[in-house]
Amino acid sequence: MNRPENTAGATTPAITLHNLTVSYRRHPALHHVSGHFARGALTAIIGPNGAGKSTLLKSLARLVPVAPHARITHALGERLAYLPQHSELDRSFPLGVRDCVLMGLWAQTSAWGSATAPMLARVDAALEAVGLQGFEHRTVGTLSSGQLQRALFARLLVQDAQTILLDEPFNAVDSQTTAALLALVRQWHRQGRTVIAVLHDDAQVREYFPHTLLLARECIAWGPTAEVLTDPNLQRARAMAEAWDETAAICDIDGQVNGQDFDTLLAQRLASTA
Amino acid sequence: MDILLGPLWDTLFSPFAEFAFMRRALVATLALSLSAAPLGVFLTLRRMSLLGDALSHAVLPGVAIGFMVSGLSLTAMALGGVLAGLLVAGIAGAVSRFTTLKEDASLAAIYLVALALGVTLIAGHGTQLDLLHILFGSALGVDASGLLLVAGVATASVLALALMYRGLVLETFDPVFMAAHRSGLPAWVWQQGFLMLVVLNLVAGFQTLGTLMAVGLMMLPAVSARLWHDTLPAQLLNASAQAALAGVAGLLLSYHFDTPSGPTIIGCAGVLYAASLLLAPGGWLPRWWGTTHRVA
Repeated sequence: MNRPENTAGATTPAITLHNLTVSYRRHPALHHVSGHFARGALTAIIGPNGAGKSTLLKSLARLVPVAPHARITHALGERLAYLPQHSELDRSFPLGVRDCVLMGLWAQTSAWGSATAPMLARVDAALEAVGLQGFEHRTVGTLSSGQLQRALFARLLVQDAQTILLDEPFNAVDSQTTAALLALVRQWHRQGRTVIAVLHDDAQVREYFPHTLLLARECIAWGPTAEVLTDPNLQRARAMAEAWDETAAICDIDGQVNGQDFDTLLAQRLASTA
Repeated sequence: MDILLGPLWDTLFSPFAEFAFMRRALVATLALSLSAAPLGVFLTLRRMSLLGDALSHAVLPGVAIGFMVSGLSLTAMALGGVLAGLLVAGIAGAVSRFTTLKEDASLAAIYLVALALGVTLIAGHGTQLDLLHILFGSALGVDASGLLLVAGVATASVLALALMYRGLVLETFDPVFMAAHRSGLPAWVWQQGFLMLVVLNLVAGFQTLGTLMAVGLMMLPAVSARLWHDTLPAQLLNASAQAALAGVAGLLLSYHFDTPSGPTIIGCAGVLYAASLLLAPGGWLPRWWGTTHRVA
């Protein structure tokens, strides 16, 4: 909480894109995108449907093959967490909420390591930080979509990655949950983590995201949000993709936010287990 | 007491006490229940319920080649079956990773080719009877070496599943998360390791129950078990218990009524499935009973 606020336009790049092109059956979903995400920057990626926003995140997470001439450079030793659109998860899976969040520690536990008391404390603190205390022993199938998204954010908290990729994290989530999750995102930003989020809501981007990448298969504009989200830029993006979704509603942001932050809760729990 | 216990003993225990072939069939079936039924639960969770069926056909050319090379030798046929099954599973996995086809589609294509090849081989070199034996098997014909094979595979399979349990569960739940993770084993290891276990169990089962019936013992208890519990360990235990129950009941029924053992065992699993559909918490009847609800 007391770490210095990361200033816009920070110099060291966390991720650099060189001429990034990704194609599906030779149709480019991303076309010659170059630039860099500064370390500690909080960047929103917006653009029309089919603009390649999700594809960009997937290529950053190294989940899709990129074109031969394209290159993505990650800062050395940088750990990365990726939250896909949650429609891709099987909601009826018989997995406990606590186990789901414990997945975030896969790098430590791997397939055979045991989950120690400090690890479980970390998981429970994360669940409390996202407002899911009391859900530890439920299964993910019993959660609503908003609660599941909270659980997945708890998993991100536990993962403790330097770079966090979020693909439409506030889809199908009510305004109160959106506010709580946005508070976590801003906290990650204050802690100096690099956060890149695909979003639909222009107002939300203007209010909370200092940097924006406007994408329409090609990079239309990339920089401070106020300079990117201008009418000429948005019109260009619209013109480049025919199916532009105009209907994204403006969320009510002033919902309840969990007062205590993750670090405080974790410290309390570690103290009580010691 | 003897009046009560006598018939009970005659019905339930004396077939096993008197005949060695019944004891071998019982041990083989129980071993398969322990190892194959939990794999079935994972198959349903991965939405690959029909994969067992496909793989059981895919092992046929290997079994046939084993038969052609060394006659009715169990080792040769089992080895051929395992190799063919692993080859088909491996090709299907590679196809889905390097092309746009999904795994089930590529597997459907490859197993059909393998099945056609297997039937051609058997038709050219054996009689119709051999094919029937391979497809439908006979639990009552398990000999000592067959029992060793089944028990060995079951032991190895249970241990391997225990070793890969966490990785397999998490990869099944959220494959994208595991693929995005850079540390540890690559995510496809869990998928391919799991498919290997399925192939091994199917080949072990083809001697006892026949390939088609081995799939039944793998899938039917697994599907019913998912209706009973919300947590995975409970579902796995329930599947094994139902498979064992169906195995014992099926062997006894086939002994007393002189029916073929494999289909009778699967029939018993089918009865348990029907009962689960009606009575289990996730089934049909509790929806009508459960009219009250808690306040929160």
